[in-house]
Amino acid sequence: MRIRYRVAVWSGLLLAALVAAVLASATIGPVELRAPVVAKAALNAVGIPTGLGVSIGTASVAGASVPWPTVDVQYAYPFAFQIAPTSELIVRSIRLPRIVLGATVGFALGGAGAVMQGFFRNPMADPSIIGVSTGAAVGAVATIAVPMAVPFGLQTAAFLGAVVTAFVVYLLATEGGRTPVATLLLAGVAVQTFLGAVVSFLLLQSGESLEEAVYWLMGNLYGAGWADVGATLPAITVLFLALVPFARDLNVLMLGEEDARTLGIPVEWTKRLLLALSSLLTAAAVAVAGVIGFVGLIVPHMMRLVVGPDHRLLLPTSALTGALFLVVTDTIARANPQELPVGIVTAALGAPFFLFLLRRREVHEL
Amino acid sequence: MSEPLLSVADVSAAFGDARVLDSVSLAVRRGEFVGLVGPNGAGKTTLLRTINGVRDPDEGTVSVDGDRRADCSAREWSRRVATVPQDTSVSFSFRVADIVEMGRAPHRRRTQFGTTETDRRRIEDALELTNTADMRDRPIDELSGGERQRVFVARALAQDTPLLALDEPTASLDVNHQVEILRLVRELVGEGRAALAAIHDLELAARFCDRLALLSDGGIRAVGPPESVLRSEVLDPAFETTTATATNPVTGTPTVTAGAGDGTVVDGDDARRVHVVGGGQAGARAIATLRDAGHEPSAGVLRDGDLALETARSLDVPVATTPAVGPADPDAIAAAHDLAADAAVLVFADADIGPRQWTLDLAEGAPSTVLIEARPLAERLHADERARGRYERLRERSETADLDALPSAVDTAVATAERPADD
Repeated sequence: MRIRYRVAVWSGLLLAALVAAVLASATIGPVELRAPVVAKAALNAVGIPTGLGVSIGTASVAGASVPWPTVDVQYAYPFAFQIAPTSELIVRSIRLPRIVLGATVGFALGGAGAVMQGFFRNPMADPSIIGVSTGAAVGAVATIAVPMAVPFGLQTAAFLGAVVTAFVVYLLATEGGRTPVATLLLAGVAVQTFLGAVVSFLLLQSGESLEEAVYWLMGNLYGAGWADVGATLPAITVLFLALVPFARDLNVLMLGEEDARTLGIPVEWTKRLLLALSSLLTAAAVAVAGVIGFVGLIVPHMMRLVVGPDHRLLLPTSALTGALFLVVTDTIARANPQELPVGIVTAALGAPFFLFLLRRREVHEL
Repeated sequence: MSEPLLSVADVSAAFGDARVLDSVSLAVRRGEFVGLVGPNGAGKTTLLRTINGVRDPDEGTVSVDGDRRADCSAREWSRRVATVPQDTSVSFSFRVADIVEMGRAPHRRRTQFGTTETDRRRIEDALELTNTADMRDRPIDELSGGERQRVFVARALAQDTPLLALDEPTASLDVNHQVEILRLVRELVGEGRAALAAIHDLELAARFCDRLALLSDGGIRAVGPPESVLRSEVLDPAFETTTATATNPVTGTPTVTAGAGDGTVVDGDDARRVHVVGGGQAGARAIATLRDAGHEPSAGVLRDGDLALETARSLDVPVATTPAVGPADPDAIAAAHDLAADAAVLVFADADIGPRQWTLDLAEGAPSTVLIEARPLAERLHADERARGRYERLRERSETADLDALPSAVDTAVATAERPADD
């Protein structure tokens, strides 16, 4: 079967499953809503951008007000179904933004995980392997524990922590323009350990805000709004689309760097680019959702068992399955009377499912 | 003569203080298969790496078709030189066709997601030429070493370059697969293509290459037709040993025996070399027993999955192999003859005799034979009555032994073989 056809079929199926999961998820919550109501409310929320404008507002950076350009997008809403205002409010303003944000974060983690595993030629790699998540944790926990010391909002601090950490790890592992993958891995582990100590120390200092910090560390989507989606979705879409043309280079890199070189891949340049894009992708996800473990590790691995190692197929299917997985797990997390951080659910459900797949495949191969 | 396709001029390379290549110059013309030979650590791999662009030389230039490496991007260079790597193990289950498609990487645009018409044609041709078309959908990590090597040659062909660089393409292969790969490269050279291969086996190199380049201590010591390079006075200083060279009666190409001066070689045959014909329990035990007793066994032809083959592999015993089903591969039989030709004694270990009787051919060609008869002949004979007669005559001139007494029977056979015929 031709690759374009396979990508289209798989992506189409997974996208359909994702839309179904989003709608099903929106029916679940303290107020039970029926599926048609949810579907109508969701369609009412569909906006088609009709105009773009830029206005100069102000933003507060380090306590000072500075002019800040804001992009205004005008939307037209083609659907106007009549439904109860409370139902519309619940779906449109409370549940949908959280579900869409979950899908976006899962999409980013699944995609970044597929890239990292290919990049490191190691199925144990995940998006946080070069310290992105731990760096974000330092930024976030510092903001929570010692707010006066950090001049940014929590999400900005987490994002910057993640990006700076990835860059530092990269610099530590690079010598003479070459970045050996094994050195990168070790530098990542060492920096993660160090930053883990910093996070623990900050937690000790956090006093009353300890619970909030722990919640963030476990990863959760509580209280997500459209503003979060607006900040994250475009960034993640752009970063992901930038990665797609490199899927074939990733395939070649899996055969080894020397081999890739003889096939005309500028290896170091490609590695730098892949590392930067996937780190930004992870950072954007972790900044809004906290440290959600396991999605970036098991989803790409699972999809490799299902669709094979070709990144042209693996990258989109991992991203979409990541989105699907996080929508489902976050629904379970918030359906619980005492809401759980979604990170706990992803790990608790993901690990056994992964083990099941691993066992079945091994038995199958005998 | 015509302009050389590849020209390496005064190339030097060093790792830290260790100079690996010292002002190496070499030219390869179109239509030529040049073998790069020399002892381990001579710099063969480093030279290939400067040629395929993985490593930049510290001094000197490499050019293909007049274009200098230093003036080309990685992508441009990969349209001139294709490489078959030494290690072809892949730990991800890409399909064979996916691997071959990767050879098109130097020719595709960044925005191109699938394959173009040209891509598909080149991939098909490569699969066809390397005889890998029928395994196109199989996962690469489920292929044997020889099959994988062929797939990587196909990938290099799909790359559509004038020059093929091969780094020890035969290093990890069974004897018959070594022959198969080199024969394939031999066939591919021509049509304006050329190949340069590092090959550690001098005799194989001599059999398939147009010219050999002897690399030693970072410098080219000799270049020329195999007969001119494989001479003791050329080889001895390079390999720091004494060698005896002769002509292989079957292939007509040079043979080299190392260590000829230290007294362990008898008439070109090593007295400790024993070839085992026959698989299963008897073959496996014969190989293991001989190895334990200090002999150097070889074996074959053995079928894939044979117990004796596993034993041979685990003991690093050279072996000629053939697929588990179907008639034995003629290349494998030829390879077994090569192995047996070096042996002082052939052990016929409870071997079957098929319609083509190649096991008997092998045994009759040996200077001295030892028979192991675990099963009655009737169970092993799948040929006509003439074969029975051949076997009876073989038995008359052979030692017969059971497995426990095999080493001493082999020693007796060696002694018999060395004694001039006095009866």
